[in-house]
Amino acid sequence: MAARTFTINDQLISAREGETILQAAREHGISIPTLCHLDGVSSVGACRLCLVEIEGSRVLRPACVTPVVEEMIVRTDTERLREYRRMIIELLFAERNHVCAVCVANGHCELQDLAIAVGMDHVRFDYAFPRCDVDISHPLFGIDHNRCVLCTRCVRVCDEVEGVHTWDVAGRGADARVITDMRQPWGEARSCTSCGKCVLACPTGAIFRRGATVGEMERDRHKIAYIVAAREQRW
Amino acid sequence: MTRQILIDPVTRIEGHAKISIHLDDNGDVQEARLHVTEFRGFERFCEGRPFWEMPGITARICGICPVSHLLASAKAGDALLSVTIPPAAEKLRRLMNLGQIVQSHALSFFHLSAPDLLLGFDSDPARRNVFGLMTADPMFARAGIRLRQFGQDIIAMLGGSKIHPAWAVPGGVRSAPTAAQRADIAQRLPEARATVLDALRRFKTLLDTHHDEAATFGNFPSLFLGLVGPHGEWEHYDGHLRVVDSGGAIVADQVEPSRYRDIIAEAVEPWSYLKMPYYRARGYPAGMYRVGPLARLNICTRIGTLLADAELGEMRQRAGGIATSSFYYHYARLVEILAALERISLLLDDPDIDSLRLRAEAGVNQFEGIGVSEAPRGTLFHHYMVDAHGLIQSVNLIIATGHNNLAMNRTIAQIARHYVKGDRISEGALNRVEAGIRAYDPCLSCSTHAAGTMPLVVTLIAADGTVLDEVRR
Repeated sequence: MAARTFTINDQLISAREGETILQAAREHGISIPTLCHLDGVSSVGACRLCLVEIEGSRVLRPACVTPVVEEMIVRTDTERLREYRRMIIELLFAERNHVCAVCVANGHCELQDLAIAVGMDHVRFDYAFPRCDVDISHPLFGIDHNRCVLCTRCVRVCDEVEGVHTWDVAGRGADARVITDMRQPWGEARSCTSCGKCVLACPTGAIFRRGATVGEMERDRHKIAYIVAAREQRW
Repeated sequence: MTRQILIDPVTRIEGHAKISIHLDDNGDVQEARLHVTEFRGFERFCEGRPFWEMPGITARICGICPVSHLLASAKAGDALLSVTIPPAAEKLRRLMNLGQIVQSHALSFFHLSAPDLLLGFDSDPARRNVFGLMTADPMFARAGIRLRQFGQDIIAMLGGSKIHPAWAVPGGVRSAPTAAQRADIAQRLPEARATVLDALRRFKTLLDTHHDEAATFGNFPSLFLGLVGPHGEWEHYDGHLRVVDSGGAIVADQVEPSRYRDIIAEAVEPWSYLKMPYYRARGYPAGMYRVGPLARLNICTRIGTLLADAELGEMRQRAGGIATSSFYYHYARLVEILAALERISLLLDDPDIDSLRLRAEAGVNQFEGIGVSEAPRGTLFHHYMVDAHGLIQSVNLIIATGHNNLAMNRTIAQIARHYVKGDRISEGALNRVEAGIRAYDPCLSCSTHAAGTMPLVVTLIAADGTVLDEVRR
């Protein structure tokens, strides 16, 4: 496999052909914020937090789905990118009803961590306060759409790793919701194997173990990549 | 003029109050009203939440007594799960509630009321606060602040944080303290005990010099309501409801807390957001009752620990039996701190709390759950209805400040009759009216923390409706 050399933030990088900018950056210890990306499942470039500047490109590119190109010049931490990332996080908070103080994921939440990382001390947009449902009809798990950021990690992990595709997305724009089976209550979704991979994958408190109380949803998200790696090596 | 607010539903409050004093044609005080003008909406926005989250959410009702809501909510959750929680969990919850009683009572007495009591009701209002107390008697003020810290540290030891710990959960508690943490608390007990005994000694001398206040600060017959143990002993976490009248006769006893609606009804007045609960059998407003430290000591047969029982005996002797003056709330608070310290000492040595079994697990087994415990300010009810999956359908909260609503109004009227003369409100009279409310330690005074800055407006209204005087803090 051919090697590609290029620079990120003026640092000379060597990566394998076909690797993404995100993979190459992380291998070299350069951090790029992500939210929808999850090791072990495919990338969709949905959250736009990993946008980077590429010299000669008019548009910003999501690092998680952009392959490296010989001699490209990438910047990951410019003033413009910092402003956009903060704005993206603020919009996520404004779009649904995130109340960290009483959330099951408080202290263990990727959205909360990102808000701190991008320096979000307040939200400059009006909160939308949408009316969102909570579904705890499943005997083990629950989903609170108030806390969902539509990253679709649950959809991908259910489809690609567990192989059942219980989760999907219905509706468009602000009405979009992750759904189980044909938009049935989760407890009635016959395809669900109750494996819990979506619970592991969720970055916020949206999907949780039933009965969890404030701050109790700690999860080991690396388990997904571990399962995938173990499977691939055996095959 | 009084303002009429017509917002439905009338529900929880904390923080802002207004008092109007109405005069008759002769310029004498006819009636006085405490208007609670803040709307919180907890009962509404909790609808639709999984009930497991309720302790964490309702703890946010108050920053001074989050533990009370945490425990009542967790107990309502226990009822929904239909479980008996592990013994260690119950004892640890009790330990936290005792820590809460110590810190909240210490705050009420030392930070909020001691400036009135020790510096004088008519002293300079600029210095009549906890800072003035520090200047006048630094050792006493310091000891009081450390006593509150002691209670707070018990809460932090168990729950991980002093304020809003999400530690008690439906089915039990999340964690137990280490032996080292327990030892640290235990070695601080003697200092705490010395502080409260000193405060008791001082309060008793004050009683001898404050006959006027004791006679007019809410001194009237009323019922008293609270939880008692199986033999009528002092309770703070579990037990059954007892109602006692001012003659000491037991009116209702061993009432299952989940049947509270059999004995308590709630009236609504258009001039306040705070409901007016009353004892159902006596009707409204004759069924006025008081809750909190004074009520708990008036209804119990005994406390059950040595020092506290001795102090209870002396208090009853001084009051001539049942204490009917709300001025005695301060006294009762100090006796309860002592009782709490003695029980904390016993619980810290209890081998049961070493158990690793802290949380009972179950699904939703009841659609209705009622949790009752004694908050520092009085009996607290959390009443939830859930659907088959455990989502909250309705919430009813009855909070101590609400129980005391009728009595607080009566107290204000009594103080106003005694101290308000003519068409002006003097500073000393204003302060006594405030202090009358402060005796109940309602959430509206503690939400602002600092004595003398209670967000209070007192309006003096003539018979024809004209406003004669208005004083603001």
